[in-house]
Amino acid sequence: MNILPFLDILLASLIVTVAASTVVARDLFAAVVSYVAYGLLLAFVWIRLYAPDVALTEAAVGSGVTGVLLITAGKRLAAIRKAEPEAQPGPALKWLTGALAVLVACALAAAILMLPDVPPSLAPEAVTAASGPGAGLGNPITAVLISYRSFDTMLEKVVLILAVVGVWSIGKDAAWGNAPAPLGRSRPSPAMVFLAQILAPIGTLIGIHIFWVGADAPGGAFQGGALLAAMWMVAMMARFDEPPRIDAKWLRLGLVAGPAVFLVVGLAGISMAGNFFAYPPGFAKPIIIFIEAFMVLSIAVALPLLVAGPPSEGYET
Amino acid sequence: MISLLDLFSLAAIGAGTFFFVAGTVGLLRFPDSLSRLHALTKADNLGLGLVVLGLIPRVEISLAALKLILIWGLVLTSGGSTAQLIGRVLRRGRK
Repeated sequence: MNILPFLDILLASLIVTVAASTVVARDLFAAVVSYVAYGLLLAFVWIRLYAPDVALTEAAVGSGVTGVLLITAGKRLAAIRKAEPEAQPGPALKWLTGALAVLVACALAAAILMLPDVPPSLAPEAVTAASGPGAGLGNPITAVLISYRSFDTMLEKVVLILAVVGVWSIGKDAAWGNAPAPLGRSRPSPAMVFLAQILAPIGTLIGIHIFWVGADAPGGAFQGGALLAAMWMVAMMARFDEPPRIDAKWLRLGLVAGPAVFLVVGLAGISMAGNFFAYPPGFAKPIIIFIEAFMVLSIAVALPLLVAGPPSEGYET
Repeated sequence: MISLLDLFSLAAIGAGTFFFVAGTVGLLRFPDSLSRLHALTKADNLGLGLVVLGLIPRVEISLAALKLILIWGLVLTSGGSTAQLIGRVLRRGRK
């Protein structure tokens, strides 16, 4: 008798339980912890579905980076609540928010329930495309992401940049161009310093490795970039590095480098290979690695800036 | 026929699982945060170490064994450090 179906059912019910506890948790911090656990369990589901690439992304971004992001957001929310205790939403607003959430959930559920029996799929075309212009890559996922779904992949990074701009725009006018507040306390604990000294160099190497093997094995730009971002955050928490001024030239170049290079290469495809985002045959692999390297840079810069928050008006160092 | 290496893997992974279960029971049952932390780190350090030890004879290429050991080392480092960080916060909260 095979035990795997039972484990799958156990995993699925565990996920539903953790998801429910995320929603009903009264405490913000408890909700975030449940959400991180939910992300990690979801990574297991992707592994069971034989999608290690998605599992890596889920663990690194869905659970890791989002977890840090939500914890810092929760801390800031608590600080705001302490400052203005009367700013509680009224019952009407609460009911309206709840009704809207129910409406969205119902719409999503209806969409899933009304799916046709044979769902429309672009997968077969994607597979042929991946063995066409993206040929030379051993990892079909990366090939599809960069050569078949290139526009989506590029716009995902544009969304990240928009998010960073959105975070920056929350800051006060007088603070524009300043650096965000430091991530760690002014005197980081020795354990944090030790962790950063050991983990950051090794993690950086692993991040580059995951990006590099992404061409032929599970891995890729987003997973590698997220790891590099995490290592930069660890270094900043131990105060080896400070969040950069948001008007720094290198920072802004790094942010837009990924989508910009992608777009330029895509436009060059019109004259070189006869189509927007087409790569000349034979050169696909080096070109894809070239684009992905800049994507990694943009992701590694954008994610820590989201966590660091808006520029601050001046702080004690 | 079960070979000696298979038996070794079975024993090591079984022992590792035992530490994970024991650590989880401790996490759920121990009275205060510091002892819960103590139970948790044992599960991570010893449990994962034994599971890795049991998996090493089963790898196809030796590089994979090195990766497994590296993963264990990273979990040891980060687990130990975060336990220290949490412990510090707890002690500060008590004073």
